[in-house]
Amino acid sequence: METKLRLVMVDQKLLKLYEQMFLAREFEERCAEQYTKGHITGFLHLYSGQEAVAVGATAALHRDDYILSAYREHAQAIVRGAEPKRVMAELFGKATGICKGKGGSMHLFDPALNFMGGYAIVGGQFPISLGLAFAARFRGEDRITACFFGDGAVNQGTFHESLNWARLWELPVLFVCENNFYGIGTEVHRSSALASIHRRTCGYDIPSEKVDGMDVIAVYKAIRHAAEKVRETGLPYFIEATTYRFRGHSMSDPGKYRSTAEHELWKSRDPIPNYARQLLDEGIADRAALDAIEVRCKALVEEAVTFAEESPWPEDGEVYNDIYV
Amino acid sequence: MPEMTYRDALNMALQEEMRRDPTVVTWGEDVALYEGAFKVTRGLLAEFGEERVKDTPISENTIVGVAVGAAMGGLRPVAELMTVNFALLAMDQIVNHMTKARYMFGGQTFLPMVIRMPGGGGSQLGAQHSQSLETFFMHCPGVHIVYPSTPADAKGLLKSAIRDNNPVIFLEHELLYNSKGEVPEDPEFLVPIGRAEVKRPGEQITIVAYARMTVLALQAAEELAKEGVSCEVLDLRSLAPLDEASILASVRKTGRAVVVEECWRTCGLGAEISSRIFENCFDTLKAPVRRVSGLDVPMPYSRKIEKLCIPQKESIVEAVKAVMQGSY
Repeated sequence: METKLRLVMVDQKLLKLYEQMFLAREFEERCAEQYTKGHITGFLHLYSGQEAVAVGATAALHRDDYILSAYREHAQAIVRGAEPKRVMAELFGKATGICKGKGGSMHLFDPALNFMGGYAIVGGQFPISLGLAFAARFRGEDRITACFFGDGAVNQGTFHESLNWARLWELPVLFVCENNFYGIGTEVHRSSALASIHRRTCGYDIPSEKVDGMDVIAVYKAIRHAAEKVRETGLPYFIEATTYRFRGHSMSDPGKYRSTAEHELWKSRDPIPNYARQLLDEGIADRAALDAIEVRCKALVEEAVTFAEESPWPEDGEVYNDIYV
Repeated sequence: MPEMTYRDALNMALQEEMRRDPTVVTWGEDVALYEGAFKVTRGLLAEFGEERVKDTPISENTIVGVAVGAAMGGLRPVAELMTVNFALLAMDQIVNHMTKARYMFGGQTFLPMVIRMPGGGGSQLGAQHSQSLETFFMHCPGVHIVYPSTPADAKGLLKSAIRDNNPVIFLEHELLYNSKGEVPEDPEFLVPIGRAEVKRPGEQITIVAYARMTVLALQAAEELAKEGVSCEVLDLRSLAPLDEASILASVRKTGRAVVVEECWRTCGLGAEISSRIFENCFDTLKAPVRRVSGLDVPMPYSRKIEKLCIPQKESIVEAVKAVMQGSY
């Protein structure tokens, strides 16, 4: 964290990054609480620990750029602009949810935000990202497609098919691997022959970089540079952001395969307090200003929980809607 | 009306729709420079260029997935899978993504896309290239499935499929590509998806068929007519949505039914259709429904025994006679 923050962006934007990371964490932790209470059911994959990736990356992209992600995507959607209350209502399975309660935690989608979906088959979003990028280029639209995925997705056939295809068709796709080092309980060295994921793209002639995914400014700068390259050349680019999830794979996973020492090491690199310290050290905010942000985020998530609780369930007839046009 | 082959009728449909709508694009293995493994895309690259007619790597799952994304992004892609057998490599994008996106995203998107796939057996291509997988797709909600039996239907259905805002699986029978028939030249000639057609009216028994099975059913009906049996041949044309009303109306009229399917018998579409007939027409049935099906075996190569595995005109005639005699 050597960069002086004010050399990167203005104070207001710097504080926005803090607010978004804090909001994402607060949202996820309240989700965990609501899951324990039985208000959220099904699978619930929380993003706590990885906030710097979604926040830094989204800040570096344009509003018109498409974003696709996997199933740990609440933060991606909220940071992109989805209302926390509509995301929470979706998780509760309510009719007011962002997908009318039909998608759930893993399938958030909002075309008005160019947030083109959470996909829950590992690697399923790769080809779809390519299709969106192709359509945008074909229609002469000025946008790139950012495709987020985890380290677990890089051994799927679609990863290799899509990297080859994206380069072959010269598609403006920014691949962002959020490497949190575990596919459920399998550590990356136990699943990948070449565990340094960004190096795998050389077989497809796609430039790549690795970035510290626990540092929101580093992510922002790397994604901004990569996105500029994609826009300039029309060709794909690849970023590997190393990060860590503080919770298990999902709520049903206590995460016993990771040592306490490892966990503690990564906790010391928690992007939120570290970034807060940086903001304070550089005089961009005082403690009272950060407190005010935190209070605001907590209130927003509290409102989201209340909204979700009070929202109606979907009508029975809704089960047959939206299958066909 | 000019006479043309099923292949040329499909080609004409693609050409007309690409001329009509600049967002129609097509891609697949060998579709551009090579003009298609079965030459259905002949001339398209020359007319529409590299950005609309594209060769792809041999990556079936991605061929479909790119179409899903492109459809979501405002295009009307027509993806070709070289044969239906290779669709099994794309089942993740077909079943988990294409048929789910609209529903699981709460109706906020739609996928106006077509996947063309030649299929069917009878060319001695062995176990991995002779499958009839229509029932695999029919099992899954969220997609329309069509399978034409004539050149005119091939043209009219493909044009409807391309204009449809739902994903459509468009099956083409490999043994029908060279079959000929009259095809309307009208660029607005469309065959509606979801409507079966009586290809031969009759009084005593309904033969429900589709694609190449319709051709065999018509031959069987012709032969049976000489023996005094009046068969109505109902060509499904669309397998999803299934035109249940037309099936039931015909069976209520004739009181008897044989369902012909090229796919395997177990859990095949014949079982589904028979069940619907029993559930709805039991009171008017004069005899139990019979199925004529592909044998429940992997397809053998040898000509002599391959024939045993695919319904033939003779097996349809035999089944009709058995139902007429009320034997079961």
